[in-house]
Amino acid sequence: MKKIKKIILSVPLIILALVLCLAAAAPSSAAATMREGVLRWGGDSEGGFPYMFPNPANSDELIGFEVDIVNEIADYLGLEPEYVNNAWDNLIPGLSRGLYDIAINGLEVTPEHEEAVNFSIPYYKTFLQLAVRRDDDKGISEIDDCHGKEVGTLKESYAEMILEELGDVNIHTYIVEANTYEDLQNGRLDAALFDSPIAIYSAGFNPSIKFVGRPVGEITYAIALPKENRELLSDINRAIVSLRDSGKLREIYDRWNLWSPMMAELFNDYSPRAIEMTRYDEWAEAHRPQLSMTGRLKRYAGFLPAFGRAAVVTILVSVTAMAIAILLGLVLAITRVFAPRWLAAAATGFVEFMRGTPVLIQLFFIFYGLPNIGIMLSPFWAGAVGLGLNYAAYEAEIYRSGLFAIPRTQWEAALALGMTRWQAMREVMLPQAIKVVIPPITNDFISLLKDSSLVSIITMTDLTKAYGQLAAAYYDYFGPGIMVALIYLLIGLPFVKFSRFAENRLAEQDAGGKRGSDYNFYRSSTRWL
Amino acid sequence: MVNLPEESLIVVESLFKSFEDGEILKNINLNIKEGDLVSLIGPSGCGKSTFLRCLNCLELLDSGYIRIGKVELNRHPGQKPDEKMIATAHEMRSEVGMVFQSYNLFPHKTVLQNVMLAPVVVKKMNPDKAREIAMTQLEKVGLKEFAGKYPGTLSGGQSQRAAIARALAMNPMVMLYDEPTSALDPQLVGEVLQVMKALDAEGMTQIIVTHEMQFARDASDYIVFIDAGEIVEYDDGDILFTNPKKDRTREFLRHFNGMGMAVNC
Ligand SMILES: Nc1ncnc2c1ncn2[C@@H]1O[C@H](COP(=O)(O)OP(=O)(O)OP(=O)(O)O)[C@@H](O)[C@H]1O
Ligand SMILES: [Mg+2]
Repeated sequence: MKKIKKIILSVPLIILALVLCLAAAAPSSAAATMREGVLRWGGDSEGGFPYMFPNPANSDELIGFEVDIVNEIADYLGLEPEYVNNAWDNLIPGLSRGLYDIAINGLEVTPEHEEAVNFSIPYYKTFLQLAVRRDDDKGISEIDDCHGKEVGTLKESYAEMILEELGDVNIHTYIVEANTYEDLQNGRLDAALFDSPIAIYSAGFNPSIKFVGRPVGEITYAIALPKENRELLSDINRAIVSLRDSGKLREIYDRWNLWSPMMAELFNDYSPRAIEMTRYDEWAEAHRPQLSMTGRLKRYAGFLPAFGRAAVVTILVSVTAMAIAILLGLVLAITRVFAPRWLAAAATGFVEFMRGTPVLIQLFFIFYGLPNIGIMLSPFWAGAVGLGLNYAAYEAEIYRSGLFAIPRTQWEAALALGMTRWQAMREVMLPQAIKVVIPPITNDFISLLKDSSLVSIITMTDLTKAYGQLAAAYYDYFGPGIMVALIYLLIGLPFVKFSRFAENRLAEQDAGGKRGSDYNFYRSSTRWL
Repeated sequence: MVNLPEESLIVVESLFKSFEDGEILKNINLNIKEGDLVSLIGPSGCGKSTFLRCLNCLELLDSGYIRIGKVELNRHPGQKPDEKMIATAHEMRSEVGMVFQSYNLFPHKTVLQNVMLAPVVVKKMNPDKAREIAMTQLEKVGLKEFAGKYPGTLSGGQSQRAAIARALAMNPMVMLYDEPTSALDPQLVGEVLQVMKALDAEGMTQIIVTHEMQFARDASDYIVFIDAGEIVEYDDGDILFTNPKKDRTREFLRHFNGMGMAVNC
């Protein structure tokens, strides 16, 4: 589909390889766990228009021609459709993990994909569409006219590959489609090459842009299923054939203005359009006129409930992760300092491992890797545990340095009073150490709050995910961007304040004077006795 | 076990202690009777602090024998410390009160809480009872009005007296002091020494590492001179100061000559 792109392309591939290796070693548990009467289907709400995207009129509703197709299929099979959101890059690993029964979101039938999953018969076939300015002065009417011209397309897409094969083209790649057509309009580009559905929905209604040339290339989309579930595969195929023959699919493509000669050939249906392209008209209507300032603000106000719900997710996952980090960090720190040496070494190993590997990999591993050995965590707990384990390693180091900031003489004074090591720790060392570590731990919480945006890659709709969805639906990365930044700041603010307050308190106490030797208690021979 | 004079409260025999950089205590033997006030003097680095720390097991002796009251700790050369030895060390610590040069009060607790803490935590004493005991001890060292204050607000002399009260609250058999007045301004030294004298009058057994020669001479029943990890001389204050038997003692005391010490050379 349009994006073989995305920032984190290589990670899912590694995980995928890992999952496959483990799956080969252990008996796989990934057989479609179809819940009685329910068709769980995976897609990416940021997958983009017109495939699937939040309804501009109501951002809680997912719409798109693929949504319509799934609903028809489920209806035909007598199943209740249930949507499971996942990042596009992870749709196929998610199938292996048993997150959903089928995946549909512009998944192309390629040999690499076919190794990991089974594909249904195609439900849609399309091509690349060349677009130029209406007052084109560069004389481009076919793809071959692009030699020596400035051409824009999506990063790491099929279109980019085609342009590269053409040779001698100045290729400009973009992450956001809208920017490409804007640059075409303002003359920075001479042409733009995109998957036809994206072209139609990005520029089909733009009076200063026109489509030219014959279809370029061929792109085939099908529904992906886990290898084990042949039964469901034949059901799905049966449904597609029947919906094709009954004209139900044709209706969907007409409504979305996606019918093309290529589709006529695929479905062997050359009849003229029978129904209005209502869904396309709605889209074009919503995007054609530039919104006024108040219109914009009104729309932003409409985002607030979605952002509010996402903020709750962000806060919950951050707070849970921090609770795990604070408690486990304490256990790790005490283990490192007091436990028998081999156990202390194990704790040190854990800390170094967690600090030395990217938290992103850890999250992927916990969510997609662990199910292979029978540990299946919900997205929330996978996120909270993943972030919690990672931050525990950092908190352990903070505790340790906090402990060492207390002079060893304090430790010895406590022991000299007859306290056991645990009593000395509990009554004398920890209460003082905690005061030292509160500011850095609070700071860590603020950074965890930001890192929690990573849970969006394991299917959770947190603030970052909500931003991506809304921005993609409205073509607007500006306003929602400012909103989401402000919300993160607002959530973090109390902790910033608290950290300041704790630092000031500490400074006051220090003026009161902790006196004693420079040596911390770590140097005391009684540490082991 | 070695048979020792019944009246000695503290018995130390053949005590050895080394650190990585060498042997610090070499064959220390010492008996101390109940109620004695003993001063340890000697040049810097000779091992006075290490000796005191061995007595309350903040450092575990390498080999030798220590008895304090009924608690006995015996370690053969090369013997690994086992659970039992560690338990004994712990028991010994609760029989011994220790006062440090730098007071080492707990800064996050008030003076009263500092004094109450160990009875409540270690002896599981009822807090009301512990508070009563703590107030008695604070009164004894003249700090009753400071009970609610935090250590950071006290003067050096007050801090050290609070530290003494804290140790006393555990009702120890022996009090150890490691240079209790060295960190104090000269005008504050007296108030701390006064407390120790009062305790001596009550019959408390005390061992004091000190550079206050005048005090050592006046107040001590015995003075122990340590040099290079060995006890060089052990005698009554007046005798040791006026008529030391060993050259090393004479040499050491000569330093204090200018400070008004009458040393007979
Ligand atoms: N924990 C330790 N590790 C290594 N060496 C130590 C340790 N404690 C003391 N020492 C060394 O043992 C020697 C004796 O130290 P100690 O503190 O007992 O001397 P001191 O007689 O109390 O001296 P001062 O009058 O300066 O306090 C010193 O050389 C010191 O460096
Ligand atoms: Mg010393």
